[in-house]
Amino acid sequence: MATFTREEIEHLADLARIALTDEEITRMQSELNAVADAIDEVQKVATDDVPPTANPVPLEAYLRPDVAVTPLTQEEALAGAPATDQGMFVAPQILGE
Amino acid sequence: MSNAELVKLSAAQMAEKIRSKEVSSRELTQAHLDVIEAAEPTVNAFLHVSGKEALAQADAFDKKLAAGDTEGLPELAGVPIAIKDMIVTKGIPTTAASKILEGWVPPYDATVIEKIKAAGMPILGKTNLDEFAQGSSTEHSAFGNTHNPWDATRVPGGSGGGSASAVGSYEAPLALGTDTGGSIRQPGAFTGTVGVKPTYGGVSRYGAIAMASSLDQIGPCARTVLDTALLHEVIGGNDRRDSTSIPAPVPPVAAAAREGLKRDLKGVRVGLIKEIGGEGFEAGVAARFNEAVKLLESMGAEVKEVSLPHLPYSLSAYYIIMPSEVSSNLARYDGMRYGLRVMPPAGVPQTSANMMAYTREAGFGDEVKRRIILGTYALSAGYYDAWYGSAQKVRTLVIDDFNKAFEQVDVLVSPTAPSTAFHFGEKTSDPLSMYLGDVATIPANMAGVPAMSIPCGLSDNGMPVGFQFFAPQRHDEAMYKPAAALEAALEEQWGGNILTKMATPWLNA
Amino acid sequence: MAEKLMKFSEAVKRFDPVIGLETHVELCTNTKLFCPAHIEFGGEPNTQLTPVSLGLPGSLPVINETAVDFAIKLGLALHCEIAEWSQFARKNYFYPDMPRDYQISQYDKPTNGNGYLDVELDDGSIFRVPIERAHIEDDAGKNTHVGGADGRIEGADHSLVDYNRAGVPLIEIVTKPIEGAGERAAEIAGAYMRTLRDIVRALGISHARMEQGNMRADVNVSLRNKPTDPLGTRSETKNVNSFRGIEKTIVYEIRRQAALLTDGGEVLQETRHWDEATQTTAGGRVKTDADDYRYFPDPDLVMLHITKEHIERIAKDMPEMPRERRNRLQKEWKFSDLEMRDVINADALDLIEDTVKAGASASGAKKWWLGELSREANAQGVSLEELPITPADVAEVEKLIASGKLNDKLAKKTVSGVLAGEGTPDEVVKKHGYEVVQDTGALEAAVDQALADNPDIVEKLKSGNMKPMGAIIGAVMRATKGQADAKAVSGLVMKKLH
Repeated sequence: MATFTREEIEHLADLARIALTDEEITRMQSELNAVADAIDEVQKVATDDVPPTANPVPLEAYLRPDVAVTPLTQEEALAGAPATDQGMFVAPQILGE
Repeated sequence: MSNAELVKLSAAQMAEKIRSKEVSSRELTQAHLDVIEAAEPTVNAFLHVSGKEALAQADAFDKKLAAGDTEGLPELAGVPIAIKDMIVTKGIPTTAASKILEGWVPPYDATVIEKIKAAGMPILGKTNLDEFAQGSSTEHSAFGNTHNPWDATRVPGGSGGGSASAVGSYEAPLALGTDTGGSIRQPGAFTGTVGVKPTYGGVSRYGAIAMASSLDQIGPCARTVLDTALLHEVIGGNDRRDSTSIPAPVPPVAAAAREGLKRDLKGVRVGLIKEIGGEGFEAGVAARFNEAVKLLESMGAEVKEVSLPHLPYSLSAYYIIMPSEVSSNLARYDGMRYGLRVMPPAGVPQTSANMMAYTREAGFGDEVKRRIILGTYALSAGYYDAWYGSAQKVRTLVIDDFNKAFEQVDVLVSPTAPSTAFHFGEKTSDPLSMYLGDVATIPANMAGVPAMSIPCGLSDNGMPVGFQFFAPQRHDEAMYKPAAALEAALEEQWGGNILTKMATPWLNA
Repeated sequence: MAEKLMKFSEAVKRFDPVIGLETHVELCTNTKLFCPAHIEFGGEPNTQLTPVSLGLPGSLPVINETAVDFAIKLGLALHCEIAEWSQFARKNYFYPDMPRDYQISQYDKPTNGNGYLDVELDDGSIFRVPIERAHIEDDAGKNTHVGGADGRIEGADHSLVDYNRAGVPLIEIVTKPIEGAGERAAEIAGAYMRTLRDIVRALGISHARMEQGNMRADVNVSLRNKPTDPLGTRSETKNVNSFRGIEKTIVYEIRRQAALLTDGGEVLQETRHWDEATQTTAGGRVKTDADDYRYFPDPDLVMLHITKEHIERIAKDMPEMPRERRNRLQKEWKFSDLEMRDVINADALDLIEDTVKAGASASGAKKWWLGELSREANAQGVSLEELPITPADVAEVEKLIASGKLNDKLAKKTVSGVLAGEGTPDEVVKKHGYEVVQDTGALEAAVDQALADNPDIVEKLKSGNMKPMGAIIGAVMRATKGQADAKAVSGLVMKKLH
């Protein structure tokens, strides 16, 4: 049975890039525990001999001819951006690895 | 013919009046814009009304019609339509009912929108939904609740509550929805309208904002089975911009619906799904459902019970697959390229990583955040096999169950939802009970099979009940025939469409 | 702080190094991997985008057929098993240059697996590098860092993002741990990278220009006490973009890790960076569970099916591989092994081939490219290819020599003129009047004069002592200001003496 600790939810929030508030973390702990319990159930039938299905309708990939279409204009590409400069999107400080 | 009478016609009837030039597309469009203006204070189905664009599209179509230049256009040409705000429309704001996309004006059209435009169908506006289609009541919209036209104190269902309410309140004869776990069918059931989720891959997803890619499917909403079939044929078919699109033409669904109107179901084998129903299903829902099954039998259908033993697990598997895909699909809303950007508060380093975290904290609602966190967990190292991997195995089992069932019967049936429309706030505090409401609709998304909901009467509380049909993958037409037959038989009992039983004060204004 | 290093010879005596290379090769398709946006190096920022490569809501990926063909080509060249069914997965992580905040790559079902590449070392021996996989993935956009020193990320105030590169197809070639390399680890890595570069160029699937970032490698190095021990903890030096850098990284890491381990220290599993300025690797980020990429099959894409027929179709059109080509050319040109290795090391194979095709002799072409022109390239600090002279120019100079119009000295002057941008060899010759004296009258007069001025030499020549011939030729050269052909002069002298 899965249970979520505060630290675990903080870690998940970090991975998911969401600055959850303390109150949200507390609330999510109980809500997620409820859902997590319910889904432990799948393991009862998901035995080794069952193959997984990724796409419900079995298809094989269509391969697109390598032919270009008219691209978005720079103006269209930037139209929705919160911040732009010199035809580019502005990112706040990126910390190096 | 008064506006009130005009908007109450079916889309097929409206199309006929356009073709016979009794009414122009502009008049029809204007009539609906008028209803929208009158009804919105009550139902609040629209996030954005694109009246000017709709009238321009109507005029363009009318000109074509006058010039006799309508060859090749579908039957519904000139009939206006509403679009769930989960589908991208060039030049018209598209928000997914989320603050994080507020004000975004897409530079491109979804494939279905291109088809709608090519069909000369004016776009009335964008309808409300649960944020990023995540919810079953439209209460999770960042921009306010949509109300059920039958009873404004109740929810219209969700996530596509806006499209269902718009169609149910005569604001639009047709609408597009998206269905990931029942978001077209359950609102259809709650509002007494018809909603169809086609076979996965039957309608292009290009331009449908992704919630859970392996489950999402665009489909038609209308007030009659034939109308949904006609719209299905407009939007369906192969699209090379969607790798999951089936490389085959849309099945002959309109012909099947017309065939059904003859109310002859001899030779049609109908399976009652043993695993859906019983405990948790309201008495009024069960009663209307059973009566409808009798009606199918009376038209010659052969009815028997069929077991799909893994169906009960599909809800659990869904609640692993869906949030996993959500967590990845919604990563792109990071404050860089479009939509909201929120910088961290003073004292917190003003970095890109923090900007993204504060943007997503401010821009997403509770339900979306909950699912992202859950999905992040389900995919994280060490849990993948136990969670996502296992859920995909359940999916295999559910598909096998459907395949076996369809060896015995042509269509499967069940109630669409365990209850009728509930009151606002009734289920928001308990996500699990809200999720359980999707128990009957989720299996179709898990298995990729087509399914549809049609109204089958009113429960004891006076609210509509939904009747669901399932058909085999790629054979959507198989469900249209019995659905149209049942609809015709029920309407004969009711003396007209079920919506005639609904009070529409906004039409009398 | 400078890190402690052990002498290389000592380090490889005490430890057994194991290396691994993860090489990204940018494919030269017309459009991107998952959308039909045209790719062009150096276009205006954010002008090579469709809704897909910008990661707009609702957009969906569709696989580029040419990228798959290229992957099959490379798979065949690397002797890989080409999977009948391969799958694309999402690698989830947030970064401003990632339009979807996940990369579409291949995870547990790559297109190419389990191959090898034979590389030739300096002594002519062959080392087999085992290949783990060669999978297809898409590239990210490009960040320009503003406000810091020299455009570096450290200390920058903000960054500008251009997504043109986002979605460009890459193939990542991952070696298995390369064992048994010992003291030749760096040499093997260098030879592997050059061979790989030659192969992708021969296949025509990438421009493979390291300086433009078409090809870059992550270099893994670990040490263990003896070859029978399990693998040690490795460091991963990211995005090294020159052959020399890769070789130096390996030497440096072996020396650094050896010193660390000998002092009882522990090698951290971390990403490092090669710093060309300091010739060291700098420690970076220690791997943590923050590297939880949450891979899962991309539900927007379905399985990639590569049929036998598809592979056969590609196999039919496979060009000659570099090593076969080298062997063939060596035979045609009659070069010794040593000569051929010099050609390869100088990166002059293509240039010499083109020069020969333009009409020069193989030895003549080699003489120019490995001699005069190599010296010039070294002096300028550029590659041979980048010199402003073409194989056709070199072939033309050779023709002028063969026809007796230029002697060696004038030929060098002519080449200098071409390098200085004065035009084609013909134009340079005309401009400076470099042509050797063909007028036999003038030449005869000069020879007569020289013979008359040196009666003692004439005697020696008559008696069969040919040694002083040079003095006569020298005198004639002086008289004709160098524009005489030495052979013609000695022929004339002999004629006059008998």
